[in-house]
Amino acid sequence: MTGLPDGWEVVVGLEVHCELATATKLFCGCANAFGAEPNTNVCPVCLGLPGSLPVLNRRAVELAMRIGVALGARIAPSVFHRKNYFYPDMPKDFQISQYDAPINRGGRLELPDGTVVGIERAHLEEDTGKTTHVGGTGRIGGADRALVDYNRAGVPLVEIVSAPDIRSAAQARAYVAELRAILVATGASDGRMEEGSLRVDANVSVRRPGGPLGTRCEIKNLNSMRSLGRAIEFEAARQIAQCAAGGQVVQETRHWDEDRGETVPMRSKEEAEDYRYFPEPDLVPLEPDQRWQAEVAASIGPLPAERRVRLLHLLGAAPTPAQAEQVRSVVASDLDALVVAACEHGAPASLALARTANEVAAEPSSAARLDPAAFATLLVLEASGELATSQSKQVLAELLATGGDPAEIARRLGFEPMDRGELAGVIEQVIAEHPEDWARFAGGEDKVRGPLIGAVRKATGNKADPAAVGRYLDERRARGS
Amino acid sequence: MSPTALELAAAVRTAERSARDAVAASIEAIAAGDGAIHAFVEVLADRALARAEQIDAAVAAGSDPGPLAGVPVALKDNLCTRGVPTTCASRILGTWCPPYDATVVERLERAGAVVVGKTNMDEFAMGSSTENSCFGPTRNPRDHARVPGGSSGGSAAAVAAGFVPLALGSDTGGSIRQPAAFCGVVGVKPTYGLVSRYGLVAFASSLDQIGPFAATVADAAAALAAIAGHDERDSTSLSDPVPELAAAVGRGVLGRRIGVVKELVDGVDRPVAARAREAAEAMAAAGATVEEVSIPQLRYGLAAYYLLAPAEASSNLARFDGVRYGLRVDAPDASAMNVATRTEGFGAEVKRRIMLGTYALSAGYYDAYYARAQRVRTLVAQGFGRAFATFDALLGATTPTTAFALAERTENPLAMYLSDTCTVPASLAGIPAISVPFGADPAGLPVGVQVMAPALGESTLFAVAGALERAAPPERRP
Repeated sequence: MTGLPDGWEVVVGLEVHCELATATKLFCGCANAFGAEPNTNVCPVCLGLPGSLPVLNRRAVELAMRIGVALGARIAPSVFHRKNYFYPDMPKDFQISQYDAPINRGGRLELPDGTVVGIERAHLEEDTGKTTHVGGTGRIGGADRALVDYNRAGVPLVEIVSAPDIRSAAQARAYVAELRAILVATGASDGRMEEGSLRVDANVSVRRPGGPLGTRCEIKNLNSMRSLGRAIEFEAARQIAQCAAGGQVVQETRHWDEDRGETVPMRSKEEAEDYRYFPEPDLVPLEPDQRWQAEVAASIGPLPAERRVRLLHLLGAAPTPAQAEQVRSVVASDLDALVVAACEHGAPASLALARTANEVAAEPSSAARLDPAAFATLLVLEASGELATSQSKQVLAELLATGGDPAEIARRLGFEPMDRGELAGVIEQVIAEHPEDWARFAGGEDKVRGPLIGAVRKATGNKADPAAVGRYLDERRARGS
Repeated sequence: MSPTALELAAAVRTAERSARDAVAASIEAIAAGDGAIHAFVEVLADRALARAEQIDAAVAAGSDPGPLAGVPVALKDNLCTRGVPTTCASRILGTWCPPYDATVVERLERAGAVVVGKTNMDEFAMGSSTENSCFGPTRNPRDHARVPGGSSGGSAAAVAAGFVPLALGSDTGGSIRQPAAFCGVVGVKPTYGLVSRYGLVAFASSLDQIGPFAATVADAAAALAAIAGHDERDSTSLSDPVPELAAAVGRGVLGRRIGVVKELVDGVDRPVAARAREAAEAMAAAGATVEEVSIPQLRYGLAAYYLLAPAEASSNLARFDGVRYGLRVDAPDASAMNVATRTEGFGAEVKRRIMLGTYALSAGYYDAYYARAQRVRTLVAQGFGRAFATFDALLGATTPTTAFALAERTENPLAMYLSDTCTVPASLAGIPAISVPFGADPAGLPVGVQVMAPALGESTLFAVAGALERAAPPERRP
């Protein structure tokens, strides 16, 4: 589905839960790490053992403030509250969260297309553990038993709540993409949706454009950009169909079923829990002073929008749509500094951008180790034709894996750039051996250009750069000799 | 008469008496006498004797085991002890053994004290008689037909019976001071935040404070000195320096301004009021300026307390859900298991307070109950603040009555709650308060007089308490 029926508008507000990239949990010294053996990163505090008490992680507060600064929010004195409800994966059977006094209030996020989405708040809270239902059907209702892993319990989260300013599934995706880029750029989060570092709930309603807001449904379990877009489109269509048939949308929480491609009701607001919020008596109010706030603000580098402008400036000419996308993705993966550094070392911007967006971004764990000067040297070799594109990519793979001098790696791989005179000799020999092909090419039949290049490459044991061979062939034809 | 904690520590530190002997004497006294009292729920004889031997070895090696060297201490069973069951006198915790020690336990042991056992209490510290215990009641050593008060009744009784010279309890609305008064011992509720709550199983977090019981004011000061001070594991623990304690005990009250709080004398039983007035006169005789002061806001303290404390308790006790530790009553799903476990695991008073607190925090009632009670709490603190503008310390009764009979109030929760009426105000305000034995009623039951001081005013508190102790009628000492 690509659009809504005429005369309808979808209104979306998003709640994004972001796991902060701290070394330790929000209220204890346990490691904040994904993927450890179950119940190994736990202690009396994050297990909520009787007698244990929370102690606020200063780094988590700093990262929350960075998010606030980046979103133009007002950093305010805040208070932690207890949100009370029973659930086995919540060790204390209450969640420490912020309620009516969040650390970040207000703010805005500008999408790459210029649309501004309001931010209502971005508050700190602790994550819960994770329940796995095993045996039986494996579903919540039909499992034999439930296993709980408390490694995630107490991991710091910032929940960023947008205003209902989003008007399409595509805009919702653009919002999350831009927010993710900001979270990565500020060092607040690793941004890994697949590991649950970012989790999105969507409040969706429909209305006649300009009319009053409709009744909203909250959609949970949106674990990927794809789910987010599909769920909003499905939900908008469902609500419009309901309204068009004369019915009314019921306010409720719905679960996105990725396999079936639909939202299904979880619980209605009438049955909703009364969370009995009250101020957490084991913590003191949080009042970051001006000096601390200023330090945090000063610690933030340029934000994604500014960094994209810088890359576009390096490209010079107006970017192609593919380049615009490369600029977005390179900034989102925090690799734009590499492109900039490579360009400073003489690499051509478009090539540096393309290689970074594709080959380098595909190896995120090695990317940070890549020496920009070596990267630039390689790209210059490629641009000058001394290395073929395929050869350059192989050298880059080596460079990412082990580092080193690109020319040295190329030699080791047998990619010695051929001497121009030597190459010319081989090409002339191939032309002599394939007179019919050459005649057709000379006569303007471009489709034999490839086979000719291939023959030269074969004769050189693939050492010859196809681009250089092509240039020679083109020049020779142009000379008419 | 058994030696005081300070006498005992002095003897152990100079190798005049071995810690082993001191600890063995305590364990023997418990074995001989606790059958009738039931102050202890667990006696840690082997562990305590082994620890005492370490202390003796340290003394023999020429190192100082600390100011409480070899002093046997008892701990209320809501203080976490590593590897030793910590039950809160509740079926729901069963034989749960914490994997860590409370900060106060670490500090007592660092000071050389030896933990000899865990004491009985009202379940989760909710009660004023130590009758709400899954282990059965504790009896008052001064009269076995009477309650020792509560909720720290086991600790108060253990000191009153001479089993140990020191014990720790917790005070949320009077749970140290009220049993101290009933049993005729000294009991201290420190300034909120002076003693770390890390390892104290929470009842009402914004009110809970750990404090000592002792036979003498000087012993209580020494015990408080050992456990007080900032702890980074408790965010509400104060970083201010610990007030001077031991030296304050003998300082006297010459020139001190002491206010006798009308609301804490007028409404109490006649013999108790009489002892409180005699105490005031004794302070005047010792050189203090004594005047009556009215703090009308205190009248609303009890009502506010019985909304705030249950509200916090309803949340603090949610974690006892059968999932991770303690009792689990099996049921078809997690939610039903949770209900079955809590139904069987909690006693009636705990259930009552969870329900009261849940109600007070519910949507639509929060403003009328919890928020309003918080405003009353602020008013109570302001009332004290005004009084402390004029007075260095305040004085009144600790309890409205002397120890009541076992089972007398178990069927009437409201009558039980009224036992806390004189102690709750200092808890709401977070200020330090102490109960010092001062004479007896006509039946010979001990009467406690309460002294209160501004936050971190423990030096003044102990100076007045020391003067009261010296002025007290001699028959109070067993």
